[in-house]
Amino acid sequence: MITIKNLHASVEGKEILKGINLEIKAGEVHAIMGPNGSGKSTLSSVIAGRSDYEVTEGEVLFNGKNLLELAPEDRAREGVFLAFQYPVEIPGVSNINFLKTAINEIREYKGMPNIEAKDFLALVKEKQKLVELDGKLANRSVNEGFSGGEKKRNEIFQMAMLNPVFSILDETDSGLDIDALRIVANGVNKLRSKENAFLVITHYQRLLEYIVPDFVHVLYNGKIVKSGTKELALELEEKGYDDIKKQFELA
Amino acid sequence: MSLALENKTSTSQNLISLLNSTAEKNTIIGFEQIGEALQYIEASGIPTAKNEEYKYCNTDAILRKEFKQIGNKFSTPATLPSFDAAINVYMINGRFHSVAGAEKGIVISSLEEAAGSSANGALVKEHLAVHALPSSDAFTAINTAYCQNGVFIRIERNTAIQLPVFIHHITQAVETAFINPRTLIVAESGSNCTVVDFYHAAEGANYFSTHTSEIVVKENAHLNHLRIQAEKENAFSVHTIEAVQSADSTYDASTFIFGGNLVRNNHLVRLLGKNIESHLNGLIIGTKNRLIDNHTYIDHAMPNCNSNELYKGVAYDKATIVFNGKIMVRRDAQKTNAYQSSKNILMSDDATVNTKPQLEIYADDVKCSHGTSTGKVDEEALFYLKARGIGDTSARKLLLQAFAQELIDKVEIPALQENILNLFEASLN
Ligand SMILES: Nc1ncnc2c1ncn2[C@@H]1O[C@H](COP(=O)(O)OP(=O)(O)OP(=O)(O)O)[C@@H](O)[C@H]1O
Ligand SMILES: [Mg+2]
Repeated sequence: MITIKNLHASVEGKEILKGINLEIKAGEVHAIMGPNGSGKSTLSSVIAGRSDYEVTEGEVLFNGKNLLELAPEDRAREGVFLAFQYPVEIPGVSNINFLKTAINEIREYKGMPNIEAKDFLALVKEKQKLVELDGKLANRSVNEGFSGGEKKRNEIFQMAMLNPVFSILDETDSGLDIDALRIVANGVNKLRSKENAFLVITHYQRLLEYIVPDFVHVLYNGKIVKSGTKELALELEEKGYDDIKKQFELA
Repeated sequence: MSLALENKTSTSQNLISLLNSTAEKNTIIGFEQIGEALQYIEASGIPTAKNEEYKYCNTDAILRKEFKQIGNKFSTPATLPSFDAAINVYMINGRFHSVAGAEKGIVISSLEEAAGSSANGALVKEHLAVHALPSSDAFTAINTAYCQNGVFIRIERNTAIQLPVFIHHITQAVETAFINPRTLIVAESGSNCTVVDFYHAAEGANYFSTHTSEIVVKENAHLNHLRIQAEKENAFSVHTIEAVQSADSTYDASTFIFGGNLVRNNHLVRLLGKNIESHLNGLIIGTKNRLIDNHTYIDHAMPNCNSNELYKGVAYDKATIVFNGKIMVRRDAQKTNAYQSSKNILMSDDATVNTKPQLEIYADDVKCSHGTSTGKVDEEALFYLKARGIGDTSARKLLLQAFAQELIDKVEIPALQENILNLFEASLN
């Protein structure tokens, strides 16, 4: 589904990603762990198309298409979704109006007519239930005044509404209480299918108990330095990153 | 004598001789005031950029370039726009034309008719050209000297008018024109009314308007004043609105600017009694080469009054948006609350925004604040929207709509709110 080859990216002349290689197939869930500042959010931003980052080398293929050539909105329309580590507050833009615009622009891209008002409302109801999002939140401005946990839940709500092919969850678990964590994970699990894939960025192995990954990678200093199965997450939780840091420290 | 001064004199002299030869006789303003106005124009000339009040708005240069000749020939619109559930008033080519609709408790007529009537003659005499002084501004002076038959509105004591009053300003110039429309509104004590000045777009030659409005809001009256300026590139205007308020009254004004070539508003509010509420709001979309200059002046003369100003601007292309907000708090105006905020978004590198708050405070027990900000569209928010599949144009539109919404929400007439929303969307290239 998505193939990342030797991806290098820098911001303000400073190289952050230093040659990432990763292949994610349809139906798979991959987890990325790694110490603060190692480049996890940078990787997700580069995939989503944030313009602050300059890709200096490498490529990202998404179902055969050169993703890096597409505008961020076209990446989303192709089915890429990023649940932001820090969701943005947009005062004055209602969640509902925002989602309706998004759905219709995605549909237009695919040559489909606008969604019927009643179908849209039904979809909102259904997905709200899925992530147990308070109906009042959906009617408020995008993320404005939402608590940290509400923002994260709203990201998953949006994901459920847009039904993407490939979703990146950037620390969606941080800031969630135990119940919310379970709800979010449940939401993700219900959306999992043979046709789509997930990249879950997290610091905590707990999330991976709920969303069981097929592969776990460790990102350190702009590179994937270790990959394994879900046991790797357990091992990291126990031992921390000391060994990895020692092994891969810059000369 | 310097060359600049020579030019300055010649612009006003040229304009006066053109107006003398084309304008009809001013029948509504007393000859003493006309004399005073003419004297002022002669002495002060047409403002150039050297004039502090017209620093970004060189009207002298504009008149010399676009209004060297004035034909003052017009055509009459074939059909007149009208709003449902409203009293529709027509100011065609700068003059009072007609009224459609009526309601008990409100008098609407031409100024000429009001001045000559036994019921309203005294009111006109008491207020017309009394609040907007010819010596306050060159364009008010020109309007005073050459004004055409305008509109008179009187809202009677203790009456709440249900229908909004729409004043449609339509100017169809066949040859370059210079018009001097005039408005006098008297909201008597305890009355309540909404008046909408709607400046329509019209095809035709260039025209310059000096529309001058005097608005008297008596004790405990409530006047809601909406102004929609949606003209085309052929429209040049310096409008002056002078509102004077008595104790316990409310004057609630919102201006929406979506078009016009030169749009200059001098909006002045004088708070002459206790417990007054005044609101001045503005939403400005500047595109192309437009110059949109809002000067506001809120004069707190008495204690316990509140004033609130919110002006928001969006500047595209090579447009220039100016906001100059002066707040005067006089010695007696203790316990004044005066707030002012100007927020602007630059949509292009060639667009300009100039804001200048001016606070002059002579009382000690007051709460005054002002804030101004000018920036670009929030890039973080823009990326967030795009990351959900929303294209650049729609994403910017959503953000600008969010920016404008609180001002559009102030319009309590649903059909007008929708109309303003449509104009707003159409103006975002
Ligand atoms: N826009 C930027 N400008 C400057 N430096 C940046 C920018 N974005 C990221 N960086 C730097 O790049 C490095 C990687 O940041 P990134 O956010 O990708 O880390 P992360 O792995 O997601 O960390 P965390 O676990 O704390 O979320 C950090 O040193 C960060 O300061
Ligand atoms: Mg991060």
